[in-house]
Amino acid sequence: MYVSPVREPLINGEKSYKDITDDVIAPIHSKPGKFWYLGIGISSTVMLFGFAMIAYSIWFGIGTWGVNRTIGWGWSITNFVWWVGIGHAGTFISAILLLFRQKWRTSINRAAEAMTIIAVMCAGLFPLIHMGRLPLGFFIFPYPNTRELWVNFNSPLLWDVFAISTYLLVSLLFWYMGLLPDLGTIRDRMKTVWKKKAYNFLSFGWKGSARHWHRHESMSLILAGLAAPLVLSVHTIVSFDFATSVIPGWHTTIFPPYFVSGAVFSGFAMVLTLMIVTRKALNLEKYITVGHIESMNKVIIATGSVVGIAYITELFMAWYSGVEYERYAFVNRALGPYAWAYWIMMTCNVISPQLLWIKKLRRSVGFTFVLSIFINIGMWFERFVIVVTSLSRDYLPSSWTMYKPTWVEVAIFLGTFGLFFTLFFLFIRVFPVIAIAEVKSIARSSAKKFIGKSVRNDQPEKH
Amino acid sequence: MGAIVYGYFTDELDLLHGIKELQEKGISIEDVRTPFPVHGLDSVLKLRRSHLPKVAFLAGIVGLTIGMGFQIWVFTKGWPLNFGGKPYMSIPSFIPVAFELTVLFAAYTMGISFLVRSKLGPGQIPDILDEKVTDDHFQIILSEEKNKMNNEELSAALAATGALDVKLLKGEQ
Repeated sequence: MYVSPVREPLINGEKSYKDITDDVIAPIHSKPGKFWYLGIGISSTVMLFGFAMIAYSIWFGIGTWGVNRTIGWGWSITNFVWWVGIGHAGTFISAILLLFRQKWRTSINRAAEAMTIIAVMCAGLFPLIHMGRLPLGFFIFPYPNTRELWVNFNSPLLWDVFAISTYLLVSLLFWYMGLLPDLGTIRDRMKTVWKKKAYNFLSFGWKGSARHWHRHESMSLILAGLAAPLVLSVHTIVSFDFATSVIPGWHTTIFPPYFVSGAVFSGFAMVLTLMIVTRKALNLEKYITVGHIESMNKVIIATGSVVGIAYITELFMAWYSGVEYERYAFVNRALGPYAWAYWIMMTCNVISPQLLWIKKLRRSVGFTFVLSIFINIGMWFERFVIVVTSLSRDYLPSSWTMYKPTWVEVAIFLGTFGLFFTLFFLFIRVFPVIAIAEVKSIARSSAKKFIGKSVRNDQPEKH
Repeated sequence: MGAIVYGYFTDELDLLHGIKELQEKGISIEDVRTPFPVHGLDSVLKLRRSHLPKVAFLAGIVGLTIGMGFQIWVFTKGWPLNFGGKPYMSIPSFIPVAFELTVLFAAYTMGISFLVRSKLGPGQIPDILDEKVTDDHFQIILSEEKNKMNNEELSAALAATGALDVKLLKGEQ
């Protein structure tokens, strides 16, 4: 069997199977360094501060926020949509790229999926506290209450409850099923008895039997098939929250595809931000190569361009529809009091990703890192522009107003960053950041060790 | 469990060859343990296609029926609410929730079936013979019960395929 050198290797260095195991689980074996303690110290402090501010706003009420009658959805819904969007990359990578047989997926899917699950948890917090009366949060579920009254199944807000809970649960299942073999690997490398027992418990007693692998593969494929439309459905339904309303600037049929590509765009940006740091910190540069970064950058160009076209289409449709409210909403976005937010969004989301057409920039780790942060900022502003500017000037000029967040809202947003990074720091200590078994399974076709060499001639023929 | 004989390879292509050599001698293979899903192993071992996709399909139909059925019941029988004169039974607006329940039911039923069928779950203690099968060893396990040969012959056949460190484990009678 000759392995073609046309594609660049996905595993650099002469890595044997044992090297792959050892390299990936090294951070779990070693004692955490001072940067880890510093990182988790800062992030958990910020997280606790955010939680305290959530408690503060529940105790004193939503009056502690900057939202008002005209602009009822301020930072909280902006943050919600932003975090859900970020939570799109992981399952996109592991489900859709699995269906497309993209081998580069194997090095980044585990961490990206963990990031997805954490981001969706951060997102879920916002609508929950935005409801104001947290102890009555269970009202959103269709349970048989004393008046036999049910929830409104016609409301996109309720669809969202179902979409996001399903997405969280299915992503969790997909992630954990993929983790089982790797948890077994960690168990067998552990020396201490209690750690061995703990990892055996977590790995559900995985033993690598061929029958189990056979079933595991067929399950993973079907799960990917189920998760692929699920990923697309989640942000579609989030966009319905806006699109089915009658607010100018929200009432747009382009929203579902535009939101989905925006979500994948921001999700990949966040994966890049995280993985560029993680690969360096955990010495995984041989596995998450510049080639991987380039592949992700290509997804960013594609989705970023869709987002750019959507912005321009929206502008065109506002003019072409001839609806004066719609026209005004967009003139107001670009030239009104929130124009600064609009132009930050335009610069970060439309112009900056186009630089990635240049191969040198696409393969530059430093440039990609800076760009990914720009995109994260741009995508946050996109949601801010949609939520706040549309509401601030609607049909009735007498109700026009401005919105400014209070420090409580800012602190809650920072708190979700704290939560995000705290959980991510814990994840890299406890679970393998790279899907060990999946990377091993592509080694023969994509590792530098085998590429460009005639490895063996005796591949058994198919039955 | 009767006596078993096991040995390992360090390369998946050697493993596939070893299995074929054993099969040519009419030896049936008890189990193969590998660190990752080896391409072509299932066809060499002639493993039957898994029923999990069918389980997922059926569970998905159940989820879809429950999701659709419940919403239709709520808005036509349970508590019909008039939303701006729109029809009570508006199928399009029931699709999102019904779809999510379809996916949820299919995914979890399949996940749980996988664990039950493979006898995996929290608290399971696996019979691991070589801890390196989750690292870089590709192991073949032969059982005396399912073969006509005795231990020595099985060990010799396995060693002849190039398997390393062939060992015999006497089972409890």
